[in-house]
Amino acid sequence: MNISLKIWFIILQLTNTDMKEETMIVQQLVNGLTIGSIYAMVALGYTLAYGILGLINFAHGDVYMVGAFVAYFCISILKLNVIISFIISLAISGILGALIEFTAFRSIRTGSRSSQLISAIGVSIILQNTIMLSMGSDTKPFPKVMNTAVYEFSSVTISSAQILIMIVSLIFMVMLYFLIYKTRVGISMRSTAQDAAMSSLMGINVNKVISITFSIGAVFGAAAGILVGIYYNSIVFNMGSSMGLKAFVAAVLGGIGNIPGTMLGGLVLGLAESLGATIISAKYKDAFSFIILILVLLFKPTGLFGKKEIEKV
Amino acid sequence: MFVDKIKNIKLISNRIFERLNNNMIFALLLIVIIIFPIIFDNSYILHILILLGVYVVLGTSLNVVAGVMGELDLGHAAFFGIGAYISSLFVMNVFDNFWIGMILAGFISLIFGLLLGIPSLRIRGDYLAIVTLGFNEIIRYVLLNMQSVTNGPMGIKGIPSPTIFGYVLNTKQQMFYLIWVLVIITVVVMNRMTNSRFGRSLVAIREDQIAATSLGINTGKYEIWAFAITAAFAGIAGSFFAHYMNFINPNNFTTNESILILCMITVGGRGSMIGSFIGVTILFLLPELLRPIADYRMLIYGIMLVMMMIFKPRGFWPEKRIPSRITKSAESKEAN
Repeated sequence: MNISLKIWFIILQLTNTDMKEETMIVQQLVNGLTIGSIYAMVALGYTLAYGILGLINFAHGDVYMVGAFVAYFCISILKLNVIISFIISLAISGILGALIEFTAFRSIRTGSRSSQLISAIGVSIILQNTIMLSMGSDTKPFPKVMNTAVYEFSSVTISSAQILIMIVSLIFMVMLYFLIYKTRVGISMRSTAQDAAMSSLMGINVNKVISITFSIGAVFGAAAGILVGIYYNSIVFNMGSSMGLKAFVAAVLGGIGNIPGTMLGGLVLGLAESLGATIISAKYKDAFSFIILILVLLFKPTGLFGKKEIEKV
Repeated sequence: MFVDKIKNIKLISNRIFERLNNNMIFALLLIVIIIFPIIFDNSYILHILILLGVYVVLGTSLNVVAGVMGELDLGHAAFFGIGAYISSLFVMNVFDNFWIGMILAGFISLIFGLLLGIPSLRIRGDYLAIVTLGFNEIIRYVLLNMQSVTNGPMGIKGIPSPTIFGYVLNTKQQMFYLIWVLVIITVVVMNRMTNSRFGRSLVAIREDQIAATSLGINTGKYEIWAFAITAAFAGIAGSFFAHYMNFINPNNFTTNESILILCMITVGGRGSMIGSFIGVTILFLLPELLRPIADYRMLIYGIMLVMMMIFKPRGFWPEKRIPSRITKSAESKEAN
């Protein structure tokens, strides 16, 4: 009895001393999940493009930026309704995605990897400079679209923007899941990803399916851009490049081309980043994602949840 | 019999002519390089051409990995940065000799290249591109955050100019000669490399790794060494860059820089030495030529990249790897 009381006392003491660190870690978990959901949403654009065409769409990070800017333009300058602005932004980004595919990728679909890569980089430069020339190169304040309340649960704080991000990304991902696995479009997307020539023989309009896939990816990117605008309250014309790289890392981490894997990859990356920043060093926060990436690729070259590629002779 | 002899003579004379032609082009270029800075003693033009020289060294060396071996390497600027930092830190803190610093920069980059080459044993294609890209980002963050050594985002100032036997090379003309000597050395080494057994093995690896292995090519060894040697040249270019600019900061060595170099050699024609030379020249000079339209130049640059890839995906001067000697001797054998 005496001993167990003592042990209990020691545990109490330990938990008391670790209380601060513990809440900090929980707080970082929350932050990590928030940013991880954003990563996952942007990463889905990479994974969709890669899954269906096998190309790395480096312009995707800039579609995310364009999405945020269109929403900003509609709300702040055209003074439109918030919801309508978001819908316009998603629609324009969707069209932009299909347009990028049509102009930059369609004619070199069978070309070498590096020419596709450079075409994508060209598109990325075009998008960044168009936005920079039309909107200016300074950081823009994203309009306040909702009242930011902060909820506190035993000294762990969650803001309403964080809750919004998690809920919206969850809804989007569930929608994507149903779209891919339960609808006709999804079936044709999956079959095109497996074998485009065979799918076209089965009466699937491959070009249309690829356009739709790029549109969906772009819509996801734009939604993430708007959410980030709400979360950080500021947008800038080159915000797409760093987010693009991170999201791309997330996609590869989970297994690029694999949709559930990519979602998990984004969350894992977000968590690893924010936990690494608290536990190891905040300075190297951005380097963690790349170190994790290299380690994963060294030991599991196709990502955490990727399919094993067997090279046949 | 007689006809054959004439054919042979024709072939031989053709070949001599080709040789002569190449040598003549080379000699002409040499003369241009020697005379140019004397005629155009304009510091802006010389500055642009010196930086062009740096990019030619980077482009022609990357060409061995990205063109001849056909791997997407997005980490070339990392070696460039490693070379620049190693050399300037060595010269400023340890021993004040540019040449030893340059060799050390090349050597350390070589070691990093070997380290990065090891993963290339296990992974290929897109994944390798990502690993090299990640490597580049990590190097950048290390340069940014190791403030005690690299002075972080402020960069290193006051890097001494190169010296030869106590004589300081600090005019644009002298630096121009120095970098173009480096360019010639790089081009000759890379040319010998790609046209040797080593280069042919790399091409075999690019075309089909399994077939190459079955022909007895030690693919791992060749891949690692290709990485390491190109990295060493990038390091040397970095060393020159640091001592020429006298100032470096981590922003000179970002992933965008690596991507830009890859763009250059792809626009020129991957795998071909002349192609990468042309590509570097075009894409490096284009923003300078577009300077009058200031704000719109990057936009036009982007549009050019996309148009180029749509209409000429293999580049301006694609690789022509038709083994001329083999086909010709085969032809003459058939004639016999």
